[in-house]
Amino acid sequence: MLKQNTINDVRGAMSPPKKADEINTVLKDRSLWLDAWHRLKQDKIAVVSLIIVLFYAVVGLLSAMGLLAANWNEVVGPSYAPPSADYWFGTDFLGRSVSRKIISGTQVAMSVGLISSLIAIPIGVGLGACAGYFGKWVDEAIVWFYTTFSSIPSIMLLMSIAFIIQKFQVEISEVFGANFDIGLFAVFIALGLTSWVGLCRLIRGEVMKHKNREYVQAADALGAGHTRKLFKHILPNVTHIIIINTSLQFQIAIKSEVILSYLGLGVSGQPSWGTMINDAKEELARGVYWQLLGATIAMFVVVLAFNILGDALRDALDPKLKGKS
Amino acid sequence: MNGNLNYIIRRLIYLIPVLLGVCFLIFILFNVVAPDPVNMMLGKHPTADQIIEVREQLGLNKSLPAQYLDIVKSAFTFDFGRSWATKQQISTMFMNGAIPSLTLTIPAFFIATFSSIIFAVIVAYFRGKGVDLFIRVTCIAMMSISSLVYILVFQYFLAYKWGLFEISGYEYGFPNFLYYVSLPILIWVVLSLGPDIRFYRTLILDEIYQDYVRTAKAKGLSERTIMFKHVLRNAMIPIVTYTVVQLPFLLLGSLLLESFFSIPGLGDMTISALNASDFPVLKAMSIVSAVAYIIFTLIQDIVYTVVDPRIKLQ
Repeated sequence: MLKQNTINDVRGAMSPPKKADEINTVLKDRSLWLDAWHRLKQDKIAVVSLIIVLFYAVVGLLSAMGLLAANWNEVVGPSYAPPSADYWFGTDFLGRSVSRKIISGTQVAMSVGLISSLIAIPIGVGLGACAGYFGKWVDEAIVWFYTTFSSIPSIMLLMSIAFIIQKFQVEISEVFGANFDIGLFAVFIALGLTSWVGLCRLIRGEVMKHKNREYVQAADALGAGHTRKLFKHILPNVTHIIIINTSLQFQIAIKSEVILSYLGLGVSGQPSWGTMINDAKEELARGVYWQLLGATIAMFVVVLAFNILGDALRDALDPKLKGKS
Repeated sequence: MNGNLNYIIRRLIYLIPVLLGVCFLIFILFNVVAPDPVNMMLGKHPTADQIIEVREQLGLNKSLPAQYLDIVKSAFTFDFGRSWATKQQISTMFMNGAIPSLTLTIPAFFIATFSSIIFAVIVAYFRGKGVDLFIRVTCIAMMSISSLVYILVFQYFLAYKWGLFEISGYEYGFPNFLYYVSLPILIWVVLSLGPDIRFYRTLILDEIYQDYVRTAKAKGLSERTIMFKHVLRNAMIPIVTYTVVQLPFLLLGSLLLESFFSIPGLGDMTISALNASDFPVLKAMSIVSAVAYIIFTLIQDIVYTVVDPRIKLQ
């Protein structure tokens, strides 16, 4: 038995779709999470991606705490100095170090992903779980609500929300102080409010399937109320969807930040990859490519890592969905 | 067929609450939450008379429910009034913008879909082999770069440096427009390849593991016959239905590409409206796209039953 386990573990790493179910039946004694972790661990590329993501998170955290690249605003050389031994990615228009701006931009990228997820997850999971669990008119109302939301193209909604929040500059800076970055705030809210629909749909479908399963009926027979059945029994069984979705949400958020910067709705008070890429509109014709290159490389690595990690997490946590996008 | 007809009628009726919801969302965003547009339009120091006059013109002195009804009415009549920025009828602006948008999006969409399907077939044919892995990795890598970077780099090298395409602008009439839209089309195709190939590959692979494929193999048919005669034909069902929902977005153009290359289409119109705080145009654009989306999801369902008689709509 043990021998067969190891063989299957090794095969599970890179083999075609149908193998995952076999592993499930063999590894009955392991919990879902441990099982998933073992499967993920086999996939070397996924592990590397996870390390990259954690590295970016640490860099973002350190720069948010002011321990890393806090002096990004400092003038270190001439305007538009090309990359050299002194400035690895050259300098920008004001003579600031592009490498420091890239590091500081990590903070924006990671926080955009994190906070938009923190907004979207409660809405998506809350509404999806209620719709799936209670059914009937609750379900119809929530389905109507998200159908409405998803009928407007997300880019229109994203743009409109960010645009309207930015119009409240005066009011918001009165509440949060003059140094408050309204652009970043708008990006957070707009992304959070536009990205819950997909999650809501998935959770609704999954909860619907689970609510009639035996274990829920058993909980019901033991006298568990709605809250207990939903939170204690059903939700833990759909957590994997949230994790997979968050990995996707991060890369969508990081990419959307660039688009919002292009539309003039992006971050204003601090460096971000979006504004750096957007600056290249004027810079490229003058041969200044290093801001674009630096920000693109930084973004490419982390978005690629999130993409691979998202796929690997889906394969590890939800073998049924394997290969679906 | 009777059941299908019932379903279609029910779906058509369901259109109404969704459309009312869309109007409500737009109403909340632009009429309730958004700050008073009068200040934005009149600059810093308007006189009291001016404010009253402008509010009257814009219909902002009406009660909120009346303003909501105005939006609902515009969604059903497609009469969106005039733009605040250009003072033109919005419906006329839509007519004018649709043509440049379509000259960009229709060819782009067809080239992108066609080439993605071809790549997906190749990838599925060589599944698990080197070619498959290479194309899949390339797809993920391509999806990890911001679309703005593609636009900037392609414009810089292909148009500015090497002069293969026009840098930006637009000219009406065939074949003149081709000079201007070919680079945006190329970028659109490159941008779509990554996600599309991955998606179509999954659809095709779903079919490959079906029983009828095993039967075909057992019969001794060649891999190629199985792929094109059996698998691809069946995979066309989800592929066609997937492409149908994308069609309304073709009419809306591409926000980024049009505004970047100064193509006077609907996407460019939307971005200009955003920069000018032109609420009626933004509202109209949201409503039109929502209506188009709702109608095309319905068409998608109907197409589904036509191409796959096994499916009965409930």
